[in-house]
Amino acid sequence: MTMTKGQASAPPSPAGSERRSHIPGDGTAHAAAVERARRAMLDDARPRHRTRIGADVVCEALLLQGVDVFFSYPGGVILPLYDVLGDYPQLRHILVRHEQGGAHAADGYARVTGEVGVCMGTSGPGATNLVTGIGTALLDSVPMVAITGNVPSALIGKDAFQEIDINGITLPMTKHNYLVRDANDLPRVLAEAFHIARSGRPGPVHVDITKDALQQETTAPHPTHDEVVAGLPGFRPNMEANGRQLKLAAAEIAKAQRPVILAGHGVLHARAWDELVALAEKAQIPVAHTLLGIGAIDETHPLSYGFMGMHGWKHVNRAIQSADLLLAIGMRFDDRVTGNVRTYAPYARIVHVDIDPAEIGKNVAVEVPIVGDAKRVLAALLPMVDQVDPATRADYLAELADWRKDSEGSSWHGSGAWRDGLLSADYVIERIGELTNHAATYVADVGQNQMWLARYAGFRRPNTHVSSGGLGTMGYSVPAAMGAALGAPERETWAITGDGGFQMTFQELMTLVADRIPVKIALLDNKKLGMIRQWQEIIYGGNYHSAHLPGPDFAKLADAFGIPAFRARTPDDVDPAIVAAQAVDGPALVWFEIAEEQNVFPMMPAGKGLSDLIEKWEGADE
Amino acid sequence: MTADASSNGRSPGGPASGAATTPAPHAPPAAHATPPARALPGGGETRRHTLVAIVLDKPGVLNRVSSLMRARNFNIDSLAVSHTDQPDTSRMTITLHGDDVAVEQAAKQLYRLIDVLKVQDVTSDPVVAQELALVKVRATDANRAEILKLVELSKGRVVDLAGESVIVEVTGPESEVDAFVALVRTYGIKELVRTGSVVMSRGSSSIEEAVKR
Repeated sequence: MTMTKGQASAPPSPAGSERRSHIPGDGTAHAAAVERARRAMLDDARPRHRTRIGADVVCEALLLQGVDVFFSYPGGVILPLYDVLGDYPQLRHILVRHEQGGAHAADGYARVTGEVGVCMGTSGPGATNLVTGIGTALLDSVPMVAITGNVPSALIGKDAFQEIDINGITLPMTKHNYLVRDANDLPRVLAEAFHIARSGRPGPVHVDITKDALQQETTAPHPTHDEVVAGLPGFRPNMEANGRQLKLAAAEIAKAQRPVILAGHGVLHARAWDELVALAEKAQIPVAHTLLGIGAIDETHPLSYGFMGMHGWKHVNRAIQSADLLLAIGMRFDDRVTGNVRTYAPYARIVHVDIDPAEIGKNVAVEVPIVGDAKRVLAALLPMVDQVDPATRADYLAELADWRKDSEGSSWHGSGAWRDGLLSADYVIERIGELTNHAATYVADVGQNQMWLARYAGFRRPNTHVSSGGLGTMGYSVPAAMGAALGAPERETWAITGDGGFQMTFQELMTLVADRIPVKIALLDNKKLGMIRQWQEIIYGGNYHSAHLPGPDFAKLADAFGIPAFRARTPDDVDPAIVAAQAVDGPALVWFEIAEEQNVFPMMPAGKGLSDLIEKWEGADE
Repeated sequence: MTADASSNGRSPGGPASGAATTPAPHAPPAAHATPPARALPGGGETRRHTLVAIVLDKPGVLNRVSSLMRARNFNIDSLAVSHTDQPDTSRMTITLHGDDVAVEQAAKQLYRLIDVLKVQDVTSDPVVAQELALVKVRATDANRAEILKLVELSKGRVVDLAGESVIVEVTGPESEVDAFVALVRTYGIKELVRTGSVVMSRGSSSIEEAVKR
């Protein structure tokens, strides 16, 4: 057949008088299959028999993988799964109010537990709504399995109702993805999906299952772990470090006079926090952390030096800029961390430990690359590193301590009430940290609130800080906190959000109520898109287009959902409001009406380097 | 800057100027009031590289490879895909431009794909590289004989003869195909199709055998 664009096809020749079929290729097996699938889309007769079908395989696989809760929203083609869910009471299904909320919840669950988070949705819009959450998980390497239904296999490619090429959409934003058309493939595919999601560098895996596969009878058994590994010849993460590289790293550490450890998310993924501290103590190396590396070291530890990067502490960035060795562990030299790479850490040699070989040499050139799991690398490195007497580093550590004192004193941290007695956000965050004994889970949204949380809450334990660092997904906080609360029910969960992000996903308040998930929400309301406003003030000459963001009466809003709300407008209101929210048995909202024009300082303007921090802004005219 | 035994030569303190005076560790050495710029990864000479990838023969694997190259901003010059002698694997020959570091990054990114079993940059290896082209050349009674003679001299092969054209098959290293195409362009090319290079390492080493199964 030759197809030419731009030419109308010839009109059909006048047919005879007999009735013509409108089914393309009528009479063929394919046409019959399409017709059957079309009827099945229209007529959803519930199968009364209960032989094992594809939907059962999905539930069995979740149970086999240790999943106790998942987040989902029903729809036409995933109904066969909902039809059998009642037979699996061990699986807790959280009915979210939007699939994006489900994906973020699975993500939050995964970050506090270290296990794979699971979310589901139907085809078409259900699947595309998951996409933002899948992308968030990809950029932060969060283990997740997202399952979607799809139209019956015979209708794939026909633009059927609620059909979209979701496999094509998730392909570049997952670690791997699948389209399953045959229930007999489901046990293998789901086992592979969980294995890939959690092994090596974690990440999201998407499994798209056609409706007929969910309904198809199958006796296919679930594979063993060895069978799964054998079936994935192209997936062999390098866990153990090369001994020669370790020796080189030890030599670098031995000769360094101003070393700094840069701890990233990989330390948390690998559960390598004890090994990290052991190495830092043995070699007397201060530890700076990235946004997602928060919790890798207790911030009260004498060698914990603080948060680096664009809104990091000045003393931390200064230490990096003057370091002669950076020992980077499970971090990827993101632009928010390095600023202008040309001026980044100009005196430092770099040892880079990462489980993903593609991260090494991607953003910065390094002297000693080490590919491996952070925990195993650090455990192997520890005996090779000489014990360093703190006295030999006394000058260096004393100097860093001076810088720290200097930088903490000059920032607005601890200023309490900001200008004119208004409520300052750093004070609010500091009080939340104190009143929760630094022992809660704190889930950030994106923007100023995220940076205030990272800087001022005071983190003590791993996996208690949850934040969309890579993708920077506004609206993340409340739904992610929902999953985090279910993943770590033994501790309080606080969602820290701005008024902008909160207005993106607050429909999940109803999920919190309906499923009795006791998330406490700290709404930092400056009636602005605060970070947008800050950039417009400092970089765009005060052109405040769209920075002002009118919001509703948030107390009434919470009340409409049946959630108690507490309001704080002055510094004196803060403690009572937090304590009152803590006393609520269930979700609660604290509405902090903070100063409208407070900025996050210091700030590294985009394109500048770590030495070019703006520490305060008096306005261009002043 | 000279490195000495006690420092790596890039420490902000610099080489100690005297045994008795130890400069404050943070003081930038006078010689480096402006610190040296950090080298960016890559930046080397850009040239054409050839990657050979052994991939699982699964639906969508070509899409995964091409999508990755697009998303990571690598520009593929040519891509040839075929079966291997193993029933479940395919072989891709990818040619692309970039410096050594950029191409290494492309290879590492390809490795991240679950369906990719092995990637090898054979640019600097001794290889046999061949390409096949079909060229439909405009021909008239006046110049047909001349064209046919040219084809013969170029070790091409006429695979179709028609009233106003001939189709020539030419096989060889890319440069030979280039040369032939340039040669017949004067007569007028009605249509041209090229497979892109396929390469194989010389000697007895085998990428297929190197794939651990």
